[in-house]
Amino acid sequence: MKRFIKLPITDIIFALISFSASFIVLTLIFSTILVLYNESSLAIHRFGILNFIFTVDWDPVREVFGAASSLYGTLVTTVLSLLIAIPISIGIAIFLTEISPHIMKTPVGIAIEMLAAIPSIIYGMWGLFTLAPIMANYIEPALQATLGKVPVIGKLFEGTPMGIDLFTASVILSIMITPFIASIARDSFNLTPNIVKESAYALGATHWEVIRDVVIPYAKLGVYGGIVLALGRALGETMAVAFVLGNNHQITLSLFEAAATITVTLANEFTEADTDIYLSSLFYLALILFVLSFVVLAAAKIFLLRAEKGYSR
Amino acid sequence: MSENLKMQVKNFYFYYAGSKEPALKNINMPIYENRVTALIGPSGCGKTTLLRSFNRMHDLYPGNRYEGEILLDGENILREDIDLIDLRSRVGMVFQKPTPFPMSIFDNVAYGLKIRGIKDKTELSERVEKALKQAALWDEVKDRLNEPASGMSGGQQQRLVIARALAVEPEVLLFDEPTSALDPISTAKIEELVVQLKENVTIVIVTHNMQQAARVSDYTGFMYMGELIEFDKTDIIFTSPKEKLTEQYISGKFG
Repeated sequence: MKRFIKLPITDIIFALISFSASFIVLTLIFSTILVLYNESSLAIHRFGILNFIFTVDWDPVREVFGAASSLYGTLVTTVLSLLIAIPISIGIAIFLTEISPHIMKTPVGIAIEMLAAIPSIIYGMWGLFTLAPIMANYIEPALQATLGKVPVIGKLFEGTPMGIDLFTASVILSIMITPFIASIARDSFNLTPNIVKESAYALGATHWEVIRDVVIPYAKLGVYGGIVLALGRALGETMAVAFVLGNNHQITLSLFEAAATITVTLANEFTEADTDIYLSSLFYLALILFVLSFVVLAAAKIFLLRAEKGYSR
Repeated sequence: MSENLKMQVKNFYFYYAGSKEPALKNINMPIYENRVTALIGPSGCGKTTLLRSFNRMHDLYPGNRYEGEILLDGENILREDIDLIDLRSRVGMVFQKPTPFPMSIFDNVAYGLKIRGIKDKTELSERVEKALKQAALWDEVKDRLNEPASGMSGGQQQRLVIARALAVEPEVLLFDEPTSALDPISTAKIEELVVQLKENVTIVIVTHNMQQAARVSDYTGFMYMGELIEFDKTDIIFTSPKEKLTEQYISGKFG
């Protein structure tokens, strides 16, 4: 208590300034929630919570709105893009830290980080004009001819390959999030103490055994952290996906169908929202995305904290 | 007592990558079976470099070059076509700091066995128990073999690493300043262990601590500026060295 009084005035002023800086963050988050809730209250009263989440229809003409199709698109593209990006990124990181000759490390590393610097609208344009035709003409027919013949899994690849669909969107997303996971995984792999790697070699371990049993376990937490970052990015990404997803409010098992994500719906439809309930439903969608991101990232943070505790023991 | 030659270093030179000057110059020394050989000398004298040549650790970094011969049971281990994995299972190593792997205590000790393809559970647990007993660690950890090794104290971790090296039953065990990160009590335990272990393995130990060399070793080599200045029985080195440099070093005049 007394110590506080003895603080010089400059310290008190500094403490107040830094306190208000962090206070702004909290204010921003709460006011965002408040605004979203306020604007969507009309839709919340009309459609309820569970009913809105589980309604597939999104029909501005009949004024029936439901989040299910957009939510489904968001979850599918996010999960699929992570499934594609995680193994590729870890492969990149292993190559850069353990295998590549010294002169290649820096240029390849910089190139990967450059991928993260490309604005997402450019990914969208590239996706629409370059990737989508390639997907429609080569990759998707090839997948149909192979995996499409397998029972059960084949259902994921039904339909006419158009290139504007969930699958293409996930591929674009995975390219966008790869640099996040790869560069963080690389940094974590580099943190493995040399002397620990050497002790594994000294026991007669091969290069691959050292990577599998020492380097990867050592870096696990860092890699998880990178995946969480990428997850946040994938959930919220809008422009790149908007170009190649087709904005179609439906739920299909097939990955070769046009769909919508929450972000894409919001980006496409705000200008068209001519009725109060339409506008309010869009805000409701935004609120759901906000809560979803918040819950997912908070859960991932808690998981990381726990893992860290178990690890440092 | 009769001495059997386990290893022999002959006209050995070592060059680090990109360096024209040898880091080790014309080293000649014997390493006797079931004896402890200590390498002493000031920082940068090359004692660790020499030790790391015995299991070809320098091969992990490209460009390093060996010249001359290092014989293990009469076979030159510097040959191009030697199987490094086989060599390293015959010549184990313990480092300056404890280096537990991020896995359980049991898995740490079993690691060297598992990568050699031993899968049988009974054999694994028998050999892990034996190694932990040899490293005087069994009584302290037998009830928590499945806990992560990172939870042990520094001294315990270093004995765990010794157990891990012993589990694959090496013929030679190299110690690179094994107690430099430990407190005096843990250091005493490791020293005691080194003396016990020579019944089963041949030991080479690099140390900064001259008293340690005097306490644990049978033979001592004194190195300076990349050369082996003197090699003899430990009591001769510490009581009546033949070289002036050795005498100055052990009496604390430099280093």
